Amino acid sequence: MTELIRMNASDLVDAMNSGDVSSVEITQAYLDRIAAVDGDVHAFLHVDAAGALGAAADVDAKRSAGEAQSVLAGVPLGLKDILATRGLPTTCGSKILENWIPPYDATVVSKLRQAGIPILGKTNMDEFAMGSSTEHSAYGPTHNPWDLERIPGGSGGGSSACLAAFEAPLAIGTDTGGSIRQPAAVTGTVGVKPTYGGVSRYGAVALASSLDQIGPCARTVLDTALLHSVIAGYDPMDSTSINSPVPAVVEAARRGDVQGMKIGIVREIGGEGFQAGVQARFDESVALLEGLGAEIVEVSCPSFPLALAAYYLILPSECSSNLAKFDGIRFGLRVGDDGSKSVEQVMSETRAAGFGDEVIRRIILGTYALSAGYYDAYYGQAQKVRTLIAQDFNRAFEQVDVLISPTAPTTAFKIGEKLDDPLAMYLNDVATIPVNLAGLPGMSLPIGLAHEDNLPVGLQIMAPAMADDRLYNVGAAIERELLAQWGAPLLSKAPELAGA
Amino acid sequence: MSGISRDDVAHLAGLARIDIPEEQLDHYAKQLDAILDAVAQISQADTADVPAMSHPIPMTNVFREDIPSPSLGQADALAGAPAVEDARFRVPRILDQE
Amino acid sequence: MTEPTMKYSEAIEKFDPVMGLEVHVELGTKTKMFCGCSTEFGAEPNTQVCPVCLGLPGALPAVNHIGVESAIRIGLALNCEIASWCRFARKNYFYPDMPKNFQTSQYDEPIAFNGYLDVDIETEEGPKTFRVEIERAHMEEDTGKNTHLGGATGRIHGADYSLVDYNRAGIPLIEIVTKPIVGTGKYAPEVAKAYVSALREILRSLDVSDVKMEQGSMRCDVNLSLRLAPESPLGTRSETKNVNSLRSVERAVRYEVTRHAARLTAGQTVVQETRHWHEDTGVTTAGRPKSDADDYRYFPEPDLMPIAPSREWVEELRATLPENPAVRRTRLMTAWNLSELEMTNLMNAGVLELVEAAVNAGMSPDAARKWYTGELARVANERGVEVEELGVGHDVLARIEALIASGGLNDKLARQVLEGVMAGEGSVDEVIAGRGLAVVSDDGPLLEAIDAALAADPEVAEKIASGKLQAAGAVVGAVMKATRGQADAARVRELLFEKLGVSE
Repeated sequence: MTELIRMNASDLVDAMNSGDVSSVEITQAYLDRIAAVDGDVHAFLHVDAAGALGAAADVDAKRSAGEAQSVLAGVPLGLKDILATRGLPTTCGSKILENWIPPYDATVVSKLRQAGIPILGKTNMDEFAMGSSTEHSAYGPTHNPWDLERIPGGSGGGSSACLAAFEAPLAIGTDTGGSIRQPAAVTGTVGVKPTYGGVSRYGAVALASSLDQIGPCARTVLDTALLHSVIAGYDPMDSTSINSPVPAVVEAARRGDVQGMKIGIVREIGGEGFQAGVQARFDESVALLEGLGAEIVEVSCPSFPLALAAYYLILPSECSSNLAKFDGIRFGLRVGDDGSKSVEQVMSETRAAGFGDEVIRRIILGTYALSAGYYDAYYGQAQKVRTLIAQDFNRAFEQVDVLISPTAPTTAFKIGEKLDDPLAMYLNDVATIPVNLAGLPGMSLPIGLAHEDNLPVGLQIMAPAMADDRLYNVGAAIERELLAQWGAPLLSKAPELAGA
Repeated sequence: MSGISRDDVAHLAGLARIDIPEEQLDHYAKQLDAILDAVAQISQADTADVPAMSHPIPMTNVFREDIPSPSLGQADALAGAPAVEDARFRVPRILDQE
Repeated sequence: MTEPTMKYSEAIEKFDPVMGLEVHVELGTKTKMFCGCSTEFGAEPNTQVCPVCLGLPGALPAVNHIGVESAIRIGLALNCEIASWCRFARKNYFYPDMPKNFQTSQYDEPIAFNGYLDVDIETEEGPKTFRVEIERAHMEEDTGKNTHLGGATGRIHGADYSLVDYNRAGIPLIEIVTKPIVGTGKYAPEVAKAYVSALREILRSLDVSDVKMEQGSMRCDVNLSLRLAPESPLGTRSETKNVNSLRSVERAVRYEVTRHAARLTAGQTVVQETRHWHEDTGVTTAGRPKSDADDYRYFPEPDLMPIAPSREWVEELRATLPENPAVRRTRLMTAWNLSELEMTNLMNAGVLELVEAAVNAGMSPDAARKWYTGELARVANERGVEVEELGVGHDVLARIEALIASGGLNDKLARQVLEGVMAGEGSVDEVIAGRGLAVVSDDGPLLEAIDAALAADPEVAEKIASGKLQAAGAVVGAVMKATRGQADAARVRELLFEKLGVSE
């Protein structure tokens, strides 16, 4: 039933509530879709049909019995393979965790289960979330449904691609430097990185502990808001989690009113390196917002040009420590244990065999940056630059309510195009990194296709800490206006996938 | 400030317990050198009076009460282990005696 | 392979020792430092673990409130300043007993610092007080336990392997580090022992740990270097681990002084290394040199928020501290009527708690001291254990004292009774019955023995009768011998004089 798979999550909930369709039917429809197209898209690393249908059946039963349901009960979802799922493989896109089955659920996973959201499976990602293209997955890349020869973004390419391919109506990703937002931009979907501490990190395999956040992904702003409201909230298991009420994101998504708002454009984001078609769509969005009654203000964030450097010192440093636990002792791959070697050797061989190039690169870089004698110049200095960036944001938010920018400098590039040049790959994150460094929330939503290549372009919205609702308010306003202009969602312009 | 040699890479790989093959050391050194060159611009920032940030959100004193909570259970704890003996994780001989 | 040493007196004449003592204390909290797993001793392997303390991907730490509280209390008791803001840090290194391959500890921001502990030792010039300055006390977590097994596979090189149990991983530890201890001269071993003993008393009085060195809930590492004179630059130091008792602390310091001195005198250098103390042979042996271990790449722990104890909280905790040991010491000295020397001996024998418990139960201070610093200390020393490990409670001593007072036992018999109790033969009365140690209370056998003694030495009766009362000693001695020490000497003397019609 193609119709079901093209519905929004909120519409699916309405349909279930009116008794038009069951969760089992919806879930089965998506499973069929996955079977039909994922051979080409490769968004999923693992599909759990039995588990998903079981959960769906539970929800249907509860619904029939008149029990209260969560706002998304019965709507299935794709889960980035970085989140621990009890009983389901969790690989983080790496060989070193090839057969790891966690004995526990991440807090977010528990919340999803409690909310009656069937988990269709685990989605593909750059290995240990390091990358902007999902090409660094040890299990093969994911293909952008808009053009199968192109990348779907990264590190959460699987989650964004499964949405764009209509393999799921909802998805969960993680974002450390843009890994939710950049894939959303290049696949024409919506993705949000919440305020740092807004969603529990317990059970999300850590990349850079002070930057990582788990976030909601969907095809519309409202769906994303609904999912955000399910997964967010204080968790005593995560000492960095914020003990405050979740911002009113759903209400904001239903409102979508920017009249009188001050919206800032960051002078330092854009220009050289940004594709003309991307810049053009961005400029149109600016005009659109003005037309809706917002005031556009140019602000300067002079430390932003250093954000990339700070990020690529802090992240490798923290990840070199976070990834030390992958040593073949308690779980995961063990290589070279033939009885003659020492544990030091077995650990070293295991890690060399289990980690891909990009991961090894960043671990070595991080080890160097933290080394005695280099700490102050590298990691120490980067943490100071981080303060400067946070100060820039604070100053900006004294003048404006939100900041906007293009999410990524280019549209989806071809698979293999930037693989040999790590630095070129890192530049994809130049616009998204600053909010991770400051711990602020950010959203990407689709604003059109670039004229050069007819590929999706995303707009990034940034807000102050714990003001995640502003993202949804502004996003909803833009989305409503563009939908009116286009007559149909942007994704309807995506090519039909063979096998559908 | 930058300048990572193949010997540096070998030393760092040792610290990080990754057995990088000889023939790849130069390749990594070259790439890391380029990256370091790029991130070295961090030194340009005037951070004389700037405190380092370690946490984006300014919270303190986040505690857990001293009350036991359920453990995993021996079976679950050992389930993913590559080698088990006597309900413990079996590891090859340890060179570096503590 | 033993290293050459010198005589201690020679060594200490040539060189000036500088010590650094690091003590790790395992806290007695109910749960681990960063997760809610139980800390109870003796559980089956890997049953007290969870994703956090097992280092599973995705798990996150959460700080034990009582762990922090204990750290602050320990700092206060050691006269430290308590940080107004501090963080945890990651100490990164690989080892199979480290689930995350980093230890969550504290680096340049310890929760307590700049304190001191005054310890008393006995010197030739009389009692002396040394102030041991304390650099810091900080919070960290314990590692899992490795059991190393030898190879029996028939392979040429023997395939050793290890088994790891993570029940202990994550248990809260407080590390207490002294500043360099200088100016002790030849009393370095005594000062070291006194410091560890005093520290142990404080920790026990705070009720934060059961501080049983022999069980590993208190571990001591001894750092030592020698220099030619106090004005000379510091020498190369060695670190000695596996120092599991107060006695070992003293002996290890003494040994390392002689070992360093021998090397330096022979023109060799001291190797900076970690060594292992062997209580049975009384020497240290070299551990494997640690090459990469020095670069721990410390950075602040991003998964945990800073600890900022308010001054109100610190003062609240200060109010919960038990009586300052120095104050307590003075109070007890007065109450028990002891001299400085007697009190110092008591402290250094590590029996202050035991004596106090005995006195509280009704024993006289002198009696309690007599046993704990006398016979029991002697036996403990002989066996190479601590006095409390002998398992002689004050109830045992109270019974013995009562019997001595009533004449049922004398000192010599009492020692045999104690031996029996320590050997597990039963209670005091059971041992007396079992070994037949009761003092003879019936005059009959005593008079018989007296007659026999007089018969064997005819002249002595005359001597006594003529006023040479001291001659009675020989007769009493003979009777004691004949009764295998089970006669009440005073009664024998009484009966003897009665018999001879002499009065004292």
